[in-house]
Parts: sequence; C-alpha cells; structure tokens
Amino acid sequence: GCFVFKPSPKKKRVAQKAAKVFRERNDDTEDTELRFVTCQSLWNWIKREMEQIQEDLNKQLFDNLIGFLRRSHSEFQEKTTEWTCRMKSREIPTAALVLGVNVTDHDLTFRSLSEVLQNSVTPYIALLEAKDCSGIKNLMQKLMGQLMNCYIDVDSLEDEDCVQVSQNRIRCSMTSLINWYESVTKKTDSETPSKKRTSSSKHWQSPPVVVIFRDMESFTTKVLQDFIVISSQHIRELPLVLIFGIATSPMIIHSLLPHSVSSLLCIELFQSLSCKEHLSTIIEKLLLTTQFPFKLGEKVLQVLINIFLYHDFSVQNFIKGFQLCIVEHFYSQPVSVLCCQLVDAKKRVNSLSHDQCENIRRLPSFRRYVESQVSEKQIALLTEDNFLKEIIQKLLEDLHVYHENYISVLRCLHVFTSSLPKYPLGKQIRELHCACLENRVWETKEYESSLQLARMLNKSDLVTMLQQCVEIFVSSSGEEFDKTVEKLKEFLTQFQKLEAEAFQEQDVSVSSQKELQKKTDLYHLQKTLLELKESRRSKKLTKFEMLRFEVVDYIDSLVRNYLVPADHKTLHEIVYFNSASVLRGHLNAAPRIALHTALNNPYCYLKNQALKSDGGSISNKAPDICIVYKLHLECGRLINLVDWLEAFSTVVMAVEGPNADAAASDQVDNTIHARFIRAVSELELLGFIKPSKQKTDHVARLTWGGC
Amino acid sequence: MPNLEHPAYPAATLLHLEGLVPCRESQVSMLLSIFGERQQFSFPSIFIYGHTSSGKTYVMQTLLNTLQLPHVFVNCVEYFTSRLLFEEILIQLHGSSETEQTSHVPCDNFNDFVRLFKQAVASQELQDQTVYIVLDRAEQLREMEANILPAFLRLQELTDRNVTVVLLSEIVWELFRPNTGCFEPLTLYFPDYSIGHLQKILSQNHPPNYSADFYAAYINILLGVFYMVCRDLKELQHLAVLNFSKYCEPVVRGEANERDTRKLWKNIEPHLKKAMQTVYLREISSSQWERLQHDNREPGQLKGLSAHTHVELPYYSKFLLIAAYLASYNPVRTDKRFFLKHHGKIRKTNFMKKHEKTSNHLLGPKPFPLDRLLAILYSIVDNRVAPTANIFSQITSLVTLQLLSVVGHNDQLDGPRYKCTVSLDFIRAVAR
Repeated sequence: GCFVFKPSPKKKRVAQKAAKVFRERNDDTEDTELRFVTCQSLWNWIKREMEQIQEDLNKQLFDNLIGFLRRSHSEFQEKTTEWTCRMKSREIPTAALVLGVNVTDHDLTFRSLSEVLQNSVTPYIALLEAKDCSGIKNLMQKLMGQLMNCYIDVDSLEDEDCVQVSQNRIRCSMTSLINWYESVTKKTDSETPSKKRTSSSKHWQSPPVVVIFRDMESFTTKVLQDFIVISSQHIRELPLVLIFGIATSPMIIHSLLPHSVSSLLCIELFQSLSCKEHLSTIIEKLLLTTQFPFKLGEKVLQVLINIFLYHDFSVQNFIKGFQLCIVEHFYSQPVSVLCCQLVDAKKRVNSLSHDQCENIRRLPSFRRYVESQVSEKQIALLTEDNFLKEIIQKLLEDLHVYHENYISVLRCLHVFTSSLPKYPLGKQIRELHCACLENRVWETKEYESSLQLARMLNKSDLVTMLQQCVEIFVSSSGEEFDKTVEKLKEFLTQFQKLEAEAFQEQDVSVSSQKELQKKTDLYHLQKTLLELKESRRSKKLTKFEMLRFEVVDYIDSLVRNYLVPADHKTLHEIVYFNSASVLRGHLNAAPRIALHTALNNPYCYLKNQALKSDGGSISNKAPDICIVYKLHLECGRLINLVDWLEAFSTVVMAVEGPNADAAASDQVDNTIHARFIRAVSELELLGFIKPSKQKTDHVARLTWGGC
Repeated sequence: MPNLEHPAYPAATLLHLEGLVPCRESQVSMLLSIFGERQQFSFPSIFIYGHTSSGKTYVMQTLLNTLQLPHVFVNCVEYFTSRLLFEEILIQLHGSSETEQTSHVPCDNFNDFVRLFKQAVASQELQDQTVYIVLDRAEQLREMEANILPAFLRLQELTDRNVTVVLLSEIVWELFRPNTGCFEPLTLYFPDYSIGHLQKILSQNHPPNYSADFYAAYINILLGVFYMVCRDLKELQHLAVLNFSKYCEPVVRGEANERDTRKLWKNIEPHLKKAMQTVYLREISSSQWERLQHDNREPGQLKGLSAHTHVELPYYSKFLLIAAYLASYNPVRTDKRFFLKHHGKIRKTNFMKKHEKTSNHLLGPKPFPLDRLLAILYSIVDNRVAPTANIFSQITSLVTLQLLSVVGHNDQLDGPRYKCTVSLDFIRAVAR
C-alpha cells in the first residue's frame, strides 16, 4: 500500500499563519481577513487563467513533438522487413528543443511536456539533469531509477515485491533495461482485456522510451557520447527517443558531439515561442482586460518589464513579481478591500465601517474630487457616511467604465501607431500602455510626431486600420462605442466612394499624360509640365487628404476622451498598485549597496535612537565594525594597521574623552585592541580588505571610492 | 583470391563464410590458422586494430557465429565498469538457461572473475574447446583499474583453461602498453577498404526489385561524390539507401531505362551534392530528408541546425558578454586607454611589444577577474548600472549556458576568474 499524505491540514496552517501575519501589521483588524481572502481568491483565479494561457501557448510545440514521437518509431511498431529498412542504419530519433535563454522557465515547460507525453504517447519518460549525471554510471542509475519507478506509478503497485529491489542491486546496464522493457510491454499485452482496452487507448503496444536531457549545455561531452553510442547499439530492441533541451542555439550539438557520434542521431529541430512573445501574450491577457479588478501602476509595470528585458527574460519571474504586487497591494493598502468584482465591491461599500470611510476620505484622489465639488456637497461627503457610500458606488462604476473604454481605445490607437515608421510610440502595446499610464499621452512629443506620420498614411493602410478599429469596438463590451462604430463605418464608406471617384480621375490624368506624350515640341512640353505642377500644388488638399485629416482628428479626439492616465481618476488607489520602490527593493536586490548602508548608517537597520547620526561624524555608539568601516573609507589602497587602530581607539574613547585622561597615555587598552582586531577580521570576511605582502603592517583595500 | 581452407571445418561452411566476408579473406584465413582446431589451444590474446568500419567487429562476429565456436562478445563502452564487464562475460557464458540464477552473483575483482570463470567453463562443459572472449572498443579498458588489461591478456595462464581473448580497437597497440609491461598479444591489422572494396561490398546488397548492375552503377556514382569526404562503410550504405529512390525516379516514371546511365547521373548528381552538405553533416535529419524527397521539394526551405545561430539575450547579459569578450582578448594594459575618458598620451613607440603583434584571437581567450569584468561593464553601458544581485546571477547563468567558463575551481568564492568562450562572429551578432 502507499502512504497517502494529507496535505490539507498543513496547507491550512500555512494559510492561517499568512492570515495572521496579514493581521499583525494593521491596526484596523476588521477587514484584514476579508482582504486576505480576496487576495487569495484573486490570485488563484489569475493563476488558473495563466496556466490556461501557457497551455495554449505551448500547444503548438507539444503537438509537433508528439507527432514527431509518433513518427519516430513507426518502423519499430510495424516491424517491416523491407529492403530499405533493413539496409539503413538505425539512428536514434532526437528532438532538439530550443527553449531560449530563460532557464528558469524551462522547469515548467518540461513538467507540462512530460505530463502531456504521459497522457498521450508513453508512460516511460526520464528527465535527466546535468548535475546528476557527472559520469555515465550516474546517468544510467538515474535513468533506470526514473524509468522503473514510472512503471510502478502506472501499474498502481500491484507487484511490490518484484520492484522493491533496491537500485544498487539492479545491474545498471542497458541489458537489464531492455529486459525490463520487454517484460513491461509483454505484461501489458497479456493483461486482461478490459485493462488492455484502457491502456491501448492511451498508448500503443510498444511505446517509445523518452529520455529528456534538460540542460544540454551543461552535460559533459564524454557522458553524452558514451550514452549515445551505447543506446545506438540497442536501438532495435529498445525504442529510445532523446529530447535535448537547448538554451542557446542548436549549434551546441555539433560542438559537443563529434561527427562519428552525431551521425548516430536523427535530429529534428523544434523551437519554442520566444519569451518576448510569451510575455506580450501574458500582458495582453492579464493586464489589458477588464476581467481582473487588480491593476498595475505605470512605474510598477515598468519595473517588472525592465527586470524582464534587462536581466532574465524569465516569464516565471514576471509572474512571481506580479503575484508579489497583488500580495503587497492587499497587505499595505487598507482600501484594497474594495478591489474585487464590481458587484461584490458595491455590496462591500454598503457594509463599510466608519474607520474605513475615513480611510477613503484620506485618499489623495478622493480629496481632489471633494475639492472640485460645491461646498454643501463637500460637507456631506466629509461628514455623512451614507452619502459617501453612494458616491463611492458611483465612482467605482465610473472607474469600471473607464477601464472598459480605455482598453478598446488603447488597442485602436495601437493599430495606428504600430504601423508607423520608426514606431514613435513603441511597437508593442505594452509600451503604449505605459506611455498612456504615465501622463496625458496627447501632450507628449512622440504622440504629436506619430499623429503627423499618421496624416501621411496611404489609403489602403488607412482603410485596413479603420476596419481593424471597427472590429475592436464591436467586440468590446463598452456601450458608448455605438456612435464611434457608426462614425468609423461612415469613414469607410466615404473612402470607398473616393475610390470610385479616383477611378474616373485616373482616366483624366491618363489622358492628360497621353497629351503630354503627343507633344514633342520642347517649349510646349515645358509649359504643360509647369501647368501640371501648378495644378498639383493648388490642389494640395484632395478629397482623400481632407478625409484623412478628419480620420486622424477623430482618433485624436477619442484618445483625449478616453486615454486619461489612471491616476487622474478618483479612487484609482483602490485598484492600482503604485509603490514601485517597494517592489524594486524586493526584486532587484543590491547586496553591495545594502552592505554599505548597513555599515555606513547602522540606524537604517538597527533603529536605535542613539545611532541616529547627522552624516559625516562617526558616532562611538555604533558597532565596532561600523566604526572600522567608516575609518577605512578615508584611506587609500593600502591601510596602515597602527594608524587605523589609533583612530579607532580615539573614536571609541571619545565618550570618556574629557574626564578620562587615560586617552593621553600611549598604551591602547587591551580590550579595545581586541575589539579592533575582531572588527578588522570581520571586514576581511566580508571582503573589503585583504592582508597585503607589499608592506609590513598594512592591509589592502579591495573596494574603491571614499566617502 | 585464396580460398579459405582448413582441415577442421567442412568446406561448405567455409565457402559460406567466404561469401559473408568479402574483401577480408586474407584476414579471416589468418585468424583461422591462429585459432586452429576446436580443441587445440590458441594464442592467449590477439589484438586487432584498424580504422572505423574496417570490418573488425563484423568479421569476428560472423566468423565465430558461422563456425559455431563458443564465444562471448562484449562492448567495453557499454559495460563501463570492471564489475559490469565481468558479470556480463559470465552471464553470456552461462547462456540464457540460468540467467536468473547467476545474474546476482557479485563479481567485484579479477580474482573472483577467474574463479567464477572456471566454474562456468566447467558447468557448460567447454573444457575441451577454445572459448573466445571478444572485447570490442578495448581502448576503454585502459580507463578501468590498472590490472584489468594485463590480466585479460594472460587469462589463459591465469585460469589454466583453453581461452583466447580478442581485443578490438581503433588505436594501435603501442598506446595500450602499460608502464609496467605485460604479455604481448599477437597484433593483427585490418587495413581500410579501398574504393574497389567499397564498391564491391556496397553493391552486394542490391534491392530485390532492381538488377545488380543497375545498383552497382548507382553505387559507382555515389562513391564518386562521397569518397572524398567519407570512407565509413556504414555511413555510405546509409546514404546509398536514402538517395536510391531519387535515383530510380526517372526509371519509375519511364523517362529512362536502366541502362541510360548518363541521364540517371545527370538526375542524381546535384541531389547527392546537396545531400553531402546537409544530411551527411546531420544538418537536417535523414527522416526529414526522406520526406523532402517524397514531396519533391527543394531542401532550401528547411533550415539546417547551424542556420539557427542567433541567441537572444537580455540587455545586460549582452553587455556582460561583450565586456567579458573585451576582457578576454584585450591586454590589461590597454584598459586604461580604451575605457577611461582622460587617459594619458599614447606613446606610439614600443607600445606594441613584438609578441603582441600576433593577433590576440590566435592566442585564444585569457582569464580575467570578476572585478575587471564589472569595471569594463560600467564603462561600456551608457547609464549607471547598480551592482544588483540580478547582475551577478546573470554572470552565473552565462556560465551555465557555456558562453563564459570559470577558470580554476568552482568552489572558489572570492576572486573568481572567467574566460569568454564565444567567437568573434557571435559577439558581432550580439553587439548589433
């Protein structure tokens, strides 16, 4: 029997603990529980959505891989005796899976890959990592361990006694693996018919054995070579398929394996979606929808995107960051209790307590709103809770409508800006989104230049863009866009009319050109050319151009109406998370800077009033290491230990300074000496100094820059 | 060609054997005379060497199987420890009859092996026959314990049984000889197949629905293209099969008959050349090649493995890699000149010492400390870079991607030194 863990109590305990932590910080305890629950449910919802998105994104790749696996051992299935099959050397089918440099994401991809394969192709999957496979022996051990265990999983522990043979006692050689494979496949063949039906519906008679090398780059050449040579000798008995997980480029196969080995492989290339596209999809589906009540502020989004683009390319880390934002928002913002679906939010507004109302009154955006009202209303808002609640409900509704409109108009604007040369407002919709969140986009230079460029678009582009915009507005849920759609459609019909007219015009111009060709006289030619030029200049604004201006102006008006930055909206604090500095502190740790701060300004971490210093001076109450550190900052590359000790003792003795004349004596107190030595060795441990042999009694500084 | 003759074996068997090992008759007859008759003691150890696919393994296997001599055939790559090797030999000796029982008899050292070997010979009643132990890829034996190779060489003496050990290897005996000296085996060289041999062997297995002459003409063309780059019999056979359907195409369509060699040559030759650049190098796999042939498409549509050289890296990783490249290929002295705004005057005279005139690229990357890498990084990135944990973790991830490599021990925490392992072309692509 198998021992079943019951993870639920543990999880509950963890959750309770988290809730407690949540509660501890805030003094108004009434809604923390609710906030915690909201946060949890929101995150779970987002997580589910995210998993779905990732599954869809990987589907194409996985389908290709499954097709490849099916194909790869079809000969093995059919056992053909055809001439070609007999003569051809059997190569090991190999899939080179290029996954990109975001190694942290690979874990998830491989996990879902093996899940998919297990469900559709084969139960025999081994996932090997380079760190476990330093030699061929370890590799074989790992491989056999995984394969034989997976067999146990499948057959629900029927025959324990036979499998209980410990790993060491199994001879880890290919022959025993083949024997195992034969016995396993035979067993499934001879099983009871009812069982057979279930198993054969999922896998075939002899499913391939898939070996996944997770990080191809890190494997040593010898191990790989040996493994490939060994398995190629048994490929006829054991239908093996290799999958190489490659982070850089498939060239690595050729640089790792010599030709004699790579000629044993039948390598096909599979490329996963690039991580940038992956991120765009995630942003599109998570941030640019009205589905989720929680929103990211401009700076926060920028921080997350920067970490992605500048540092790791890891979508997982981006999602983790997003999760952190959610938790931090619900944890630190008391009014976040209203950050939920509109219907729930309205209910919650009704049950707000007086304190919570006060919290809302304190919000800067709400204050701004109050100030803009007439005086009686101001008083009502600030004193009557019930009236306030009504207003809040209305404002929340406004906010919701704003979001709906915002997204549609943003997409529409993106249709225009993404096709302009040089992309003044960015190629990706996320850049446009950031620009719109930051401040009024129509006041920026980039917007102006992109409008100017839009005024020079040609007709066919303009028409397709308008059509796209119509589609966007039609599919959006906002009710206000009926007029917009009508207007846009009107534009489209006008364009079509123009086209018809242009057709006739073209005839005219063609005829005029024909005239031009007739005349061979140089004087006349010049004259007509001039005329033509003149007419063109005077006719500067054709109907098409007029219409184009109109369209662009209309889009401009839409932008001005709907793309107001979110922090101009009242009550935006409820749904927007804006503290970028907190996030940066958590995600972009700076160990050196933190160390410097700790040593230079110990108050920052110790929070002891006595340590509160006014900058330059060195307080003698600080820990010894801080004093030593500050003193060492004043030195050059080499530090004289004696001088250093003297300075240290002066600082430490400063407290007794006036009354004790012991300071005058040359002898340094033994305890101070010991303290000094200890502090210096601590600094050495932290890597600021090292002993030097250039001069006696000197140490060398390892950092540069003074105070 | 000398016919195989040996008094101990029937002539029919020998004739059959001769048909199976074309172009290796002299070696086989040599081996037969060394082996002698079944009950006779043979030479204790024989060392056979020759290039890849010169028929060593194949000849030994066919010889022993056709004559039904008791033998054990072990690949030393597959049984990578001495223990596995011993156990495999014993298991094969016991035959399939008692596998279950004997599979768990531990055999850890040579002493045990000799003892168990004697038992096995006795139980299988092989005392009056020569037992052959063939160790393929014998060069692996050198990596096992020091006593294994010498002991195998004089196994006959150690076990006092009628046994001959045959070692097969691609390298010469001189590279095997241990320092302490050992019993010298009888060495036998298998020369490479000549082009005539290859032609003969490859044409032997013609497809059933085409005549032998037709196939031989095809092999002739194939060898004309590939003989310059590849003499590996297995590989050639593989390529022959892959491309044969294309060769037959005009015949199948009725545009040419089987004798129309010139037309057929014109059809196949460019195709084979393309195959040389793609399939032979494993740029595209043979199954993809077959599918292409089947659909009659141009292989140009399918990009080979080396077409995908571009690696997308995060912003700072790019700069880190460039900085590492600069640190690896520029001498330390020039850093000040290249990366400082107010560097001193450059003394043109004797700035370049003589040995530095050779390109640094020929000398390969030099190691550099972490601090230098970061200093160069700060000077090549426009805006300020905070030395965050993310930057440091990127260096490690570049190491795991094998774009940088750590010099010295992995566990050295302070002052790690790195080398940049990417080429100039790669850096150019990154820097663009």
